[in-house]
Amino acid sequence: MSLPSISAATPLVEVSHVTFGYGHHPVLIDVSYAVMPGQFTGIVGPSGSGKTTLLKLLLGTEKAQRGQVSRAGSVSMSYVPQLETVNWNFPVTVQDCVLMSRPAGRPFPRPSKLERAEVFDVLERLGIADLAQRHIRELSGGQQQRMFLARALVRRPQMLLLDEPTSGVDIQTRHEVLHLLDDLNREGIAIVLTTHDLNGMAAHLPHLLALRQRVIASGPPSEVIVPSVVEEVFGARMEILQHLGIPVVVDTMDDATVKPAAS
Amino acid sequence: MSLFETLLDPFQYQFFIKGLVAALLAGGLCGLIGVFITLRGMSYIGHGLSHAIFGGYAAAPLLGIPIVLGAGLWGLASALAINAVTRRHRIGADAAIGVVTTASFALGVALLTKFGNKGPAFDSLLFGSINGVSIGDLLLLGGVFLGTVAIFTVLYRQLLFSTFDPEVAKVSGVNVGLMDTILMVVLSMSILATLSIIGVTLVAATLVIPPVVARMLTDSFGRMLWIATALGTAAGAVGMYLSYQLEIPSGTTIVLVNAAVFLVVLVAKGAKGLGRTAGLDDHTDAPATGLVTAAAPSRA
Repeated sequence: MSLPSISAATPLVEVSHVTFGYGHHPVLIDVSYAVMPGQFTGIVGPSGSGKTTLLKLLLGTEKAQRGQVSRAGSVSMSYVPQLETVNWNFPVTVQDCVLMSRPAGRPFPRPSKLERAEVFDVLERLGIADLAQRHIRELSGGQQQRMFLARALVRRPQMLLLDEPTSGVDIQTRHEVLHLLDDLNREGIAIVLTTHDLNGMAAHLPHLLALRQRVIASGPPSEVIVPSVVEEVFGARMEILQHLGIPVVVDTMDDATVKPAAS
Repeated sequence: MSLFETLLDPFQYQFFIKGLVAALLAGGLCGLIGVFITLRGMSYIGHGLSHAIFGGYAAAPLLGIPIVLGAGLWGLASALAINAVTRRHRIGADAAIGVVTTASFALGVALLTKFGNKGPAFDSLLFGSINGVSIGDLLLLGGVFLGTVAIFTVLYRQLLFSTFDPEVAKVSGVNVGLMDTILMVVLSMSILATLSIIGVTLVAATLVIPPVVARMLTDSFGRMLWIATALGTAAGAVGMYLSYQLEIPSGTTIVLVNAAVFLVVLVAKGAKGLGRTAGLDDHTDAPATGLVTAAAPSRA
């Protein structure tokens, strides 16, 4: 996908020295980070480290209390939230759901032929075209994730933001999602996702941002998934091994080993 | 009089025909807008708003303002105030809504008791009435109905998206705040137009029951809109007819017909049908439930 209006050196979105909190509870302190065109970044950190908030600042749905957020003029973004943010009992089919993200489509409920064809293409690419007329509750977790991706992709975004895209899905789906995102990234879409899964997700991404209210480290996994950073971010001592050039985090649990009950 | 004549008897009176048309329109309108109201978890707001508008009904004639104008402005102001309070996600917003709407209702009762009523009768405002439906009332109802259908047609996707997933809708270019406001305005206008037919205390039921029954019958949003409108219309007509024959306030009979339909569908569809309604009026990001969850800081 070509990006005629944005040069490769200009960030799509940039946050600089941003501070954000809810009430007196600080969530992000002095965070700076730029999303470059074609970048594929994983924001890693434990629950409550500010990952989702950083995504929302990038998206513009939350406003920074201090610091600046700047966006390249014509950047188009799509967002894939966590699965549990919607009511899966809501009376819509997969096709209805994907079509929603064409809000200015036309002033009439029925989709045009062209729109239906576009939705079909995206669903087919994600391997769920045969489910187009199903109610959303009838999908598995992995299929629901793909439907959300389809809804995001039908807008042809330059930048895709995903909140914990692999939480609650099985290993097979996690692999497929990862490969799919990799393909999309190769086509030129910048991808930013959050994850707390270091081994299953973060270690396989080209670029990481370790977050715990502040940016603790940023760079390729070989520089970010190291004992000092992981310990500071997750607050627990972990051992890191190397397997085929990919770091593997081992939770040593030296003082918390569960012993078999005495019989 | 033969049975046949008894059955057709009401149709010779013009006031009954007017009442019937009004009930058709009122039932259909409430069923239609109720789909969005229930899916957004706003039926409590509908209930509160009808009580708030009652205050406007009582106060307007005393101030020398036409009732529809006075009650309309009062209702609109209440609706926008509730919307603003709800969107700010402050602790106690639901309490604030409760205070504003019940105080408005109490003021209405006080004014009507003290100064008497120059507008519709007290009872008919509370429980609905077949009597005194004017051509003006019908025009107002028809106008609000057509306006609502037009708005729902043109803004279909934006309204649907901001109801299903407001956060992603916002990112995708939907003006979610505007959609919320439009729905509040449509809701308050609908309550205003249907109030004297269905009554303050019973409007909420006509907003909720047809959409819930429709949800039990279909998984499609588009069909849910049609079914809820049709059910509301039919219940309005049957209820109005029974109101005449049984000499019971029309709001009461309309709601009882709705409830009977609900029971029949519940028995026919069983637990599976009811299971589909799970999450109705309890949507994660809906303003009404947002009030409860807003107390805790959002997940970081």
